[in-house]
Parts: sequence; C-alpha cells; structure tokens
Amino acid sequence: MNIIVIALLVFGLFFFLAGAIGIMRMPDFYSRLHPAGKLDTLATLAMVMGLALYNLNQITLGTILVSIKMFLIVFFVSLASPTATHTIVDAGMRAGLRHWTKKKKRG
Amino acid sequence: MTDIRNGVSNDVGKPSATFLKSFFSFLITFVLMLLCWLVLSGIFVPLILFLAVISCFLVAYFFSDLLFPSLERAYIGIFFRFIGYLPWLIWQIILANFHVLYVTLHPRMKDLIDPQIITFKTNLKSEMAIVTLANSITLTPGTITVTADSEGVFRVHAIDKASAEGCPGDMLGKVAKIFGENI
Repeated sequence: MNIIVIALLVFGLFFFLAGAIGIMRMPDFYSRLHPAGKLDTLATLAMVMGLALYNLNQITLGTILVSIKMFLIVFFVSLASPTATHTIVDAGMRAGLRHWTKKKKRG
Repeated sequence: MTDIRNGVSNDVGKPSATFLKSFFSFLITFVLMLLCWLVLSGIFVPLILFLAVISCFLVAYFFSDLLFPSLERAYIGIFFRFIGYLPWLIWQIILANFHVLYVTLHPRMKDLIDPQIITFKTNLKSEMAIVTLANSITLTPGTITVTADSEGVFRVHAIDKASAEGCPGDMLGKVAKIFGENI
C-alpha cells in the first residue's frame, strides 16, 4: 500500500516539476500556458489519489469523508484550470499579442 | 437510452408539466445540497441533521430555479452519457500529458514545437456542448481553446503539429453524441 502511495506522490511531484520547468523553457506567452495549465491537472490528480489512499489506511466514516473532500478538490481544479487558462489566452489575444512561430526565429 | 427517455416523458409528463418540472428541480437541488452538507460537515448528530434538512429545504425552495433554469428530461440521458465520457477523457488527458512532458523536457525543444492557431467550425448548437468541447480541448494538453463562440467556431492554439492535427478528431464526435447533436 505504502509503495503505491509513494509512487503516486513521486509521479505527481515529477509532473509538477516538469510543469515548472516548462514554464521557464517555453518560448512565448501562449506556449508557456500549455505546461502551466495542464501538467498540473494530472499532477494534482495523482497526488490527491496518493494522499486519499494513504488516508484510507484505516477505513472509518471519517477517513472516507476526508477522501471524498480531497476528490472534490480535484473536481474543482479540473473545472477551474481550463477556464482560467482560456481566460488568460483570451486576454493575450485581446491585447494583440502575436504567437511565436518557427519562421520568426532570430539568431 | 433514447427509447427509455421518451417512454418516461410520455407517461409522466402529462398531468401538469410545469409543476413537475419545478418540483424535480427543487428535489435535485435539495438532494445535492444535503449531500454537500453531509460530506463537508461529517457530524451525524440529530440536531445538526435537523438543521441541515431545514437549511437545505430553504435554500432549495428559494434558489432551485437558479441552479436548473430549464430542467428537461433529456438532461438525465446527457448526465449519464457524460459520466460515460469521463473515463475516456481522463485517459486522453494522461496520454497527452506524457506528450507535453516529452516536449517540455526535450533538450532541443524549440525544434520540436511548432505553435500554430487553427480554426474549425462545428455544428454544435447548445451552449453546454460548446463549453464542454472547449474545456475538453483545453484539458487535453497540447491544445488550448482561444475562442469559442455561440455559432460553434473554435480557435485553438496548438503547440505542435501532432496535437494540431488530432484536435477536433474523436472528441467532437463524442461530445456531439453526449448532447444528442449531429456534427
């Protein structure tokens, strides 16, 4: 059981780290949002799953309720994250920011 | 699925449809509120449960028409088909996450990515279908919905060629099927 929990937590951490690295490495505003808005969704899912499993070590009513609350977090994150990403992209579009393309590579 | 739905609506919908509609939206709101209360409080003392029922009743009575402004029987089918769509969506999210992970951590990332904005038109009519498709596109990594308007025109920012080509793809058909629309 503990092995599964640790694996899920490390998996989530790895995705969070990759998301952070992605924000640094991507060339422009729009492509930075790809890792920022979405690697986090899967990372949150994995980490909360790990924590919920750990929490269910002794199955009582209390721990089950806490696990349900944790999954509510995932639900709301996965609802809010694409909406927020879309809003940020829309703001960039309205401000007239052009997206980075391959042809405009500057040496 | 459609046969069952039609059968139910023919039998029950006749007496006074508006009353039944408002009653059902009240009932669903009440049950949702009560479930939220039970999960979030976690105290099962009779006094607290009594207060829960009273406050949920009041909230549902006053605000049931806010949560479900137009309740239709078709929503039941939509709800279950949406539940059936979720596992596929989660699997798709996981697959695509690995793709973006690969692109992100690749040493020569700037050669791999090819950001582009693609536009496509769908025949989706209802707002819910459009919102679902837009959010699904944004959730699957590699693509972000830039704009989606009420005529079903989507503009999508894709991070590389592969995600741009696979963009409307299966997802459009599945979303259209949930909401019973033709593509």
